[in-house]
Amino acid sequence: MLAKQMECAMAKIIYRDKEWTVQGGRPVREILEELQLNPESVLAVRDGKLINEETIVEEEDVIKLVAVISGGGR
Amino acid sequence: MSRKKGRKSLRCKKCGQTAVIYMRHHRLALCDHHYVEWFINYTQRTIDKYKMFTRRNRILVAISGGKDSLSLWDVLIQLGYQADGLYIGLGIDEGIQYSERSLEAIHRFMAERPGLTLHVVDMKETYGETIPELALRTRRGRGKPCSVCGLSKRHIMNQVAREGGYDVLATGHNLDDEAAVLFQNTLHWQTGYLARQSPVLEATHPGLVKKVKPFCRFYEREVAAYALVRGIEYQYDECPFSEGATTILYKELLNQLEAQAPGTKFQFYTQFLNAREKGQITFHEKGGEPVLRPCRVCEQPTTAGDLCAFCRLWVTPDMDEEAARMAVPPLLATPA
Ligand code: SF4
Ligand SMILES: [Zn+2]
Ligand SMILES: [Zn+2]
Repeated sequence: MLAKQMECAMAKIIYRDKEWTVQGGRPVREILEELQLNPESVLAVRDGKLINEETIVEEEDVIKLVAVISGGGR
Repeated sequence: MSRKKGRKSLRCKKCGQTAVIYMRHHRLALCDHHYVEWFINYTQRTIDKYKMFTRRNRILVAISGGKDSLSLWDVLIQLGYQADGLYIGLGIDEGIQYSERSLEAIHRFMAERPGLTLHVVDMKETYGETIPELALRTRRGRGKPCSVCGLSKRHIMNQVAREGGYDVLATGHNLDDEAAVLFQNTLHWQTGYLARQSPVLEATHPGLVKKVKPFCRFYEREVAAYALVRGIEYQYDECPFSEGATTILYKELLNQLEAQAPGTKFQFYTQFLNAREKGQITFHEKGGEPVLRPCRVCEQPTTAGDLCAFCRLWVTPDMDEEAARMAVPPLLATPA
């Protein structure tokens, strides 16, 4: 299983101070599901540009997730 | 893996280019250009729907440096409104220079948009104490500064709006903020709050200014997307004292519902407003409307006696009229 994953395209996901290496070649939405992140609570950014959740994450992509929820104090 | 780069399923409804966002509850996918256009128009529709203000009005926008307030300012300017900013320097550092970096974000924003006016009221300079210092001194703030902070912000915003002759005070509250408050108030059947919570609070007293929330129909995610697409470098960190815990919990719960049933949040909030407006549901203050009297120092209305809660932080019993007015001084050097 691990060996198989290694052969696949891997992408990097960054969220707050966490980082994951995940299998690429599938939409952002699937990756969020796997990481148990609610798509309502984050936005995905690639190369400084906002991407929609059906966008296919390619190998060697670096995706930055931006938390959209804040606790108050405006 | 045969999918090629660039082959994406979501396309802008207006032009067919790659969408940057899909809003499930609106069933709407848009590219960056059309998203900005939609967002600005939708703000205008909210302003009109709730009769918030017109282009003849002068608007004071409460600016914290976060995504919501800076995006609101950005949109109002693009819509051609006369909108000035107000930043309140709370003096919150806590090792992350929170206040300082918030002001830096605002200055970056303004540097790219010449001609804007920002009023700055610094707590330490004006009253001699930062919010954390004030919280330590008063019983009200013990433990958490949010209570004295909220009280101070409300008072200062209102005072600056009155001194500057502004017609309305606009804040960046979004639908997630409003829905979280509604959720909380409903769970606790806070009927007084349920009677009042609104995108528009009219000036019901001569000492109060009208308050509006032009972003109240945007999801928080949509405001963040707008800020990103517009390249607004907002203050990303939370206030270290963020009373967030409860608010964030309610927001997350609502987002879990939203993920299962798109539109839940939107309907929860907007249908509440509709039903109340039509008189299908009514709420009453416990013990009737509170009696408001003007504070003898600042003239803002209070239920608490002759001094309002804010002036009581600074005015001591031994002070005469003159000294009291010095303790709560005018905030604008040149009143408009
Ligand atoms: S979290 Fe509390 S202390 Fe911080 S800005 Fe908000 S109200 Fe003030
Ligand atoms: Zn488009
Ligand atoms: Zn007062």
